[in-house]
Amino acid sequence: MTNKTDPGGDVRLTGIAKTYGAFTAVHPLDLTVPQGSFFALLGASGCGKTTTLRMIAGLEEPSAGTVFLGDQDVTALPPYKRPVNTVFQSYALFPHLDIFENVAFGLRRRGLKSVKKQVDEMLDLVQLGEQARKKPHQLSGGQQQRVAVARALINHPKVLLLDEPLGALDLKLRRQMQLELKRIQTEVGITFVHVTHDQEEAMTMADTVAVMNAGRVEQLGAPTDLYENPRTTFVANFLGTSNFIEAEVDSESGEEIVLKAGGGKLVLPEARCSAPATTGGKVLVGVRPEKISLTHADDAGEIPEGRNRITGRIADSSFIGVSTQYVVDSPVCSGFEVYAQNIDRDPRLVPGAEVVLHWNPAHTFGLDAAQDADAGVEEAA
Amino acid sequence: MPFVNWLKRNLVVLAGLLTLGYLLLPNVVVTVFSFNKPKGRFNYEWQQFSLDAWKDPCGVSGLCGSLSLSLQIAVWATLGATLLGTLIAFALVRYRFRARGAVNSLIFLPMAMPEVVMAASLLTLFLNMGAQLGFWTILIAHIMFCLSFVVTAVKARVMSMDPKLEEAARDLYAGPFQTFVRVTLPIAAPGIAAGALLAFALSFDDFIITNFNAGSTVTFPMFVWGSAQRGTPVQINVIGTTMFVVAVLFVLVSMLAGNRRNRQKA
Repeated sequence: MTNKTDPGGDVRLTGIAKTYGAFTAVHPLDLTVPQGSFFALLGASGCGKTTTLRMIAGLEEPSAGTVFLGDQDVTALPPYKRPVNTVFQSYALFPHLDIFENVAFGLRRRGLKSVKKQVDEMLDLVQLGEQARKKPHQLSGGQQQRVAVARALINHPKVLLLDEPLGALDLKLRRQMQLELKRIQTEVGITFVHVTHDQEEAMTMADTVAVMNAGRVEQLGAPTDLYENPRTTFVANFLGTSNFIEAEVDSESGEEIVLKAGGGKLVLPEARCSAPATTGGKVLVGVRPEKISLTHADDAGEIPEGRNRITGRIADSSFIGVSTQYVVDSPVCSGFEVYAQNIDRDPRLVPGAEVVLHWNPAHTFGLDAAQDADAGVEEAA
Repeated sequence: MPFVNWLKRNLVVLAGLLTLGYLLLPNVVVTVFSFNKPKGRFNYEWQQFSLDAWKDPCGVSGLCGSLSLSLQIAVWATLGATLLGTLIAFALVRYRFRARGAVNSLIFLPMAMPEVVMAASLLTLFLNMGAQLGFWTILIAHIMFCLSFVVTAVKARVMSMDPKLEEAARDLYAGPFQTFVRVTLPIAAPGIAAGALLAFALSFDDFIITNFNAGSTVTFPMFVWGSAQRGTPVQINVIGTTMFVVAVLFVLVSMLAGNRRNRQKA
């Protein structure tokens, strides 16, 4: 529907900010969303993600900064003059109009006379052709959601904004709609900016995710990037689970940093450390629970050389089918989480057993020790 | 025992019918006596069936003049109160301004104050201003007390309206005027209509405030009151019956229209 080489769908925010009296909802922010991409703004409620979205839509006036669509500065344009459409969290379907008229609303306001063909096509795209003459309240939540998407998409906006569009749906329907939205986005090639607090949703759907916290973008990148190499404890905890060990820098070679933790040594690739590492300084060493292997202390000799290792005792284990989740207390860190795939289960690994935790140093990441290791834990819950 | 069981099953229906009878009995009496041919000046005893009054509803001098005046005042008061009341309701719900709280409670005063007090103070005001009592003073008084009812009805509707709907309209290329006409107004319409109907009924049958501020002008309720002192013409029953029938028809038609719409949807 849209020419994919047309740069008109780039969204560029430069120094955009929003304050309400003394409260700063969004700190000055620079953000570029490339044409045709599926972009997610991820964060807990109150982090400023919806405000950012509303500033792109024109429903909120920025306190400072500029909004560009392609090369056009739209900061001063009212929402009805911006080539941008929104899918609202509550859908905001017009209750006094039937489905057909809801979808035709944007076309009619722009003075189009014959809308029937386009509306019928759009309703077919979202599989609601049969429901055209029903009122919104007669449809199910999932159907209303599809009407909201159709009503926005029919206008061929340069950017489609989605404000927690799946929040009101149950889990099964949400998964289904995630795939459906992704399919529609690929089909029409329009830039999607998706606001959500659900980290899995953001990772499944988006090409690029911006993690927001307290009015700032903490980190921006592809989902795998954010997950494998988080640069703040907030991102590390908000996306999945992380274990942290506070360690002291022993030496650094330019490629690898060697750290002292408890009695042992840990190796961290320099490239995966976002904190300044000077000998004697502190670094937070992080590792994801599924990267760790668990070996009973009796077999410690069989662990290959070159792996990071720490010792501990299993405090708790829970079997959840595909994997077993262990909580291990270690002198360097209590409550270490380990997810082990249930391939060959060692019957000795029960609460109370002495174990060695070991992992490939390449899976270690290093963060600035000055921050709260638990940041983002509550928000992710 | 069978009777007790029957009673248990049908108690709700029975109570409903009794209540309905209680409500409708006065109307039945009015209707029946509109076909009476009374002896003397008072229409309080059944004599014999007659269509005289129905054939000549304006046969009593002053009746149709007062009726037409009441209808005119009711129409203008409804228009004035609905327009102002709707604007006030939107202002109170949508905007934060100084003295909003005060306006919010003051608007209820006409509903809470005894009518006779309001009537007397209005009269004092009009006399002090040297206003000529008549059509205009009645109209001003009616708009004033209808206003609070319209504001209450419309406010309830506007408060339950999702502000996101208007945002959605603006997002879909509707300017401020289009948003108001295409989205805001249609959604607020039931509240506005309820307020307008209430205003019409209140204005049409108001007696106390009108009586104080009418001067030598006579509205329909005043005419009925005046003639009740000297003897009630059957024509009053005719007018009463007609009004009742018109109101019932109005309700029936809107119910039928509603049903039809629902069936089409399903």
